[in-house]
Amino acid sequence: MRSRRLLYLAPLAVFAAIAAAAAFYLQSGRDPSLLPSALIDKPAPAFSAPGLEHGGKIIRQGIESASFKGRITVLNFFASWCAPCLIEHPQITVLSKVPGVTLAGINYKDKPADAARWLARHGNPYARIGVDRDGEIAPEFGLYGVPETYLIDRAGRIRFKQVGPITKQVLEEKILPAIEALRK
Amino acid sequence: MRRYAAPILLALFVAIAAPIAPAPAIGPGEALEDAKLEGRARDIGRELRCLVCQNQSIDDSDAPLARDLRRLVRKRLTAGDSDREVIAYVHARYGDFVLLRPPVDERTWLLWFGPAVALLAALLFLLWRLRRPRGATEAAGLPAEEAARADALLRDRGDEK
Repeated sequence: MRSRRLLYLAPLAVFAAIAAAAAFYLQSGRDPSLLPSALIDKPAPAFSAPGLEHGGKIIRQGIESASFKGRITVLNFFASWCAPCLIEHPQITVLSKVPGVTLAGINYKDKPADAARWLARHGNPYARIGVDRDGEIAPEFGLYGVPETYLIDRAGRIRFKQVGPITKQVLEEKILPAIEALRK
Repeated sequence: MRRYAAPILLALFVAIAAPIAPAPAIGPGEALEDAKLEGRARDIGRELRCLVCQNQSIDDSDAPLARDLRRLVRKRLTAGDSDREVIAYVHARYGDFVLLRPPVDERTWLLWFGPAVALLAALLFLLWRLRRPRGATEAAGLPAEEAARADALLRDRGDEK
């Protein structure tokens, strides 16, 4: 009759198993809203973005995806209306100074005047800035929103993607080591 | 006739309300001029998830990202892609999450077939329980010492008579 009595404990055991699994995933620190990029290790989408112009002056030349070949590129989607872009701006500026890396920006759904003012005020670390006024280039990259940053290797393949602002920790623990690995 | 009033009213309401589906969020100037192509774009739009919304399709959502994806779908269709090619194009960029119907592969077997397996297991268990001879439950009656006590009590009762 022992086994029968143990059977009454079965629902409790099932509950304990589910609770343990839930606790494990909660503790693992994984953010389920962050999805792996489908484009990792795939060639960066082909696109051509006109340069950023304001007041009759070209602030930066535009971007052709063909220019990714043969150099390590950090491609950063930003906008003047995007608050987290300001948070990551110091880290983006650090990236612009890494030797052997071209920092390119895509100005996403922004007014050129606003973008120019934002860059004048906070500094312009970008070597090139392509304008994606209507958000046509963004979905080619599978972009969710700004900021988003892509690390592209010399063969023109996407090797790393950061969704959301690059914090100091992300910069030091993920992006700089990834660049170091690409340089070899 | 009075007692039929409520059901008739309900039927009328359903008949009127059923065709009123939620209007797609497609903005002015977004739709393609070619009605056939636009129809295909709508069908595709209902299959794709608006990634920044909670379980809305890109056709149902007002989010700017959904609008961009609707435009991408129309751009690909105009370029001559088949429906399947358009979905593959978006899938390649946004991953499985963009598909409102997840693909059937080894990672989603549990999702697709789990409920059927659970139902089957429950039915088998039920059958097994029902087919068990009735005597089996009675045989599993009282433990020996309690049975002995019960017998003793019954015997006492018999003495009183």
